[in-house]
This record gives sequence, C-alpha cells and structure tokens, in this order.
Amino acid sequence: MTFEYKVQGGDFTHAGYASSQVKKMLKQLGVDSVVIKRVVVCLYEAEVNIVAHARDGIISIVLDTDTILMKLTDNGPGIANIEQAMQKGYSTASPEVREMGFGAGMGLPNISANADRFLITSEPGTGTALEITINLNSAAV
Amino acid sequence: MKVTDIVEKLGLNVFSGHEGLGREVTGGYASDLLSDVMGHAEAGTVWITIQTHRNVTAIASLRDISAVIITSGEKPGDDTIAQSNEEGIPVLGTELRTFELAGRLYSLLG
Ligand SMILES: Nc1ncnc2c1ncn2[C@@H]1O[C@H](COP(=O)(O)OP(=O)(O)OP(=O)(O)O)[C@@H](O)[C@H]1O
Ligand SMILES: [Mg+2]
Repeated sequence: MTFEYKVQGGDFTHAGYASSQVKKMLKQLGVDSVVIKRVVVCLYEAEVNIVAHARDGIISIVLDTDTILMKLTDNGPGIANIEQAMQKGYSTASPEVREMGFGAGMGLPNISANADRFLITSEPGTGTALEITINLNSAAV
Repeated sequence: MKVTDIVEKLGLNVFSGHEGLGREVTGGYASDLLSDVMGHAEAGTVWITIQTHRNVTAIASLRDISAVIITSGEKPGDDTIAQSNEEGIPVLGTELRTFELAGRLYSLLG
C-alpha cells in the first residue's frame, strides 16, 4: 500500500497531519505501540522540517507487511552540510520558528535514534530527500 | 492518579478537552522545546509548557500525552482548544511558573 500527502512550507497549523493519519492506520493494523511511537517521531520531525525549512514537499508512505518506508522530498533550499545538520543542537531555524519551540536542532537526531534505516540526500538550491525505514515486527527488543 | 485529581489538587483551570479528565497520569515532563518533548516524553505523562499553539496538541496526541498544563497564565489558541476538544486531551492552565508547578506536580506524583 502506498499513501501520499502534500506538505506546505510555512503552514504550521497543519503540521503533523500525515503523522496523525499514519498513526491511526498503524493502530488499526494492530502494530505494537513502541513501534508506532518510533514511526510517529520520525515522520513528525521530517514533516515539520519541511514546514520550517523548505517550501513544498511530498510524503510518500509505503506500507509492507513487515516494514514501513517513509519518503519525504521537498524543493526547499537543501542542506549544504548534512553531517553538521545531523548534529544535536545545530539549527538554522528563524527567530519566529524558534519562538514556537522549534529549532532545538533535535529533529534529525530524533529520526536517527528511532529509525531502523535513515538516508538523507540533499542538493543545495534544489531540495532534500529523506528515506526512513522502520521494521514493524521489531517490537520485542 | 487521574488528570481530574491533578486539576483539583493543584487548582488548575480546565480550558478544554474535558472528555479526557479521566485519563491516567504516570509522570510529568516540562519543556518548551517541541522536539525535546517529541523525542523524550513518555506516553501517559502530563506536559508542562508555556507554548500555546496547535502543535502542542498535535504532539500531545501523537505521543499519547495525558494532558497539557500551560503555565504563567498563558492561554491556549483557538485551534489548540479545538483540537483538544476533538481528541479529548485536556488543556489546563495555571498562573504559576513552570518551576513552581513542576515542583508541586512532582511531589503529588511522588
Ligand atoms: N527539509 C529540510 N530542508 C532544508 N534544511 C533542512 C531540512 N531539514 C533540516 N534542515 C536543516 O538541518 C537543521 C537541523 O534540523 P533538525 O530537525 O535537527 O533541527 P531543527 O529543525 O532546526 O530544530 P528542531 O527539529 O529541534 O525543532 C535545520 O535547522 C536546517 O538547517
Ligand atoms: Mg527539525
């Protein structure tokens, strides 16, 4: 099954919509709550990054029997130094975005910590693409 | 302990989400940084913050947070109230600052 969601840069009131839809879906499928939590953290952080740092983006969710693959592509400014962006505390968020409580530089580290597989590619001036995979049956750790 | 017990013992305002007052509370988390809460708050906790916009209820819902307490007399925004009512996640308020409220909640849950 594949699902697609559009994300609008700057639109903070709808941020988290895709995450909440995916959460509902996984709950209905009876996926373990710890696994759902990890999916939700990854997807929300990736979704909000498009809203906060990019312009338009598309989320595509590929749901298999034992994995969920979340692909997020945007046509924002891109990330020049991915290694730096991945560091805890690094953020280029605007003062307005920080005032809302975003911009701690913890989103990408949260994704790393919760994903089973996390790929990020970016071309400055063109956009950013994330591929996050989580095994749905890895509950009992 | 239930959300309603905390409301009563700490004298909190209930702005919205009355339907969720019977939710169980297992702990607390105080932070105004959303990705900190996203990454570290446990399900079943009460989240103490001065943030009032809709992403607060979005995160509370996504992370199964039992209730939100807004400190320093701040008021939730209209869409925050709307989502709180839709999802039955209580949004509570106090004139106390985060430090004082967190201290009282900590002893209460102790
Ligand atoms: N989709 C994106 N497009 C452009 N830049 C991005 C994108 N995602 C992340 N970045 C860059 O990477 C930095 C770190 O991202 P990260 O999510 O870790 O922190 P943040 O979004 O700044 O703050 P937080 O997630 O804690 O609210 C961002 O500040 C931004 O510079
Ligand atoms: Mg972020």
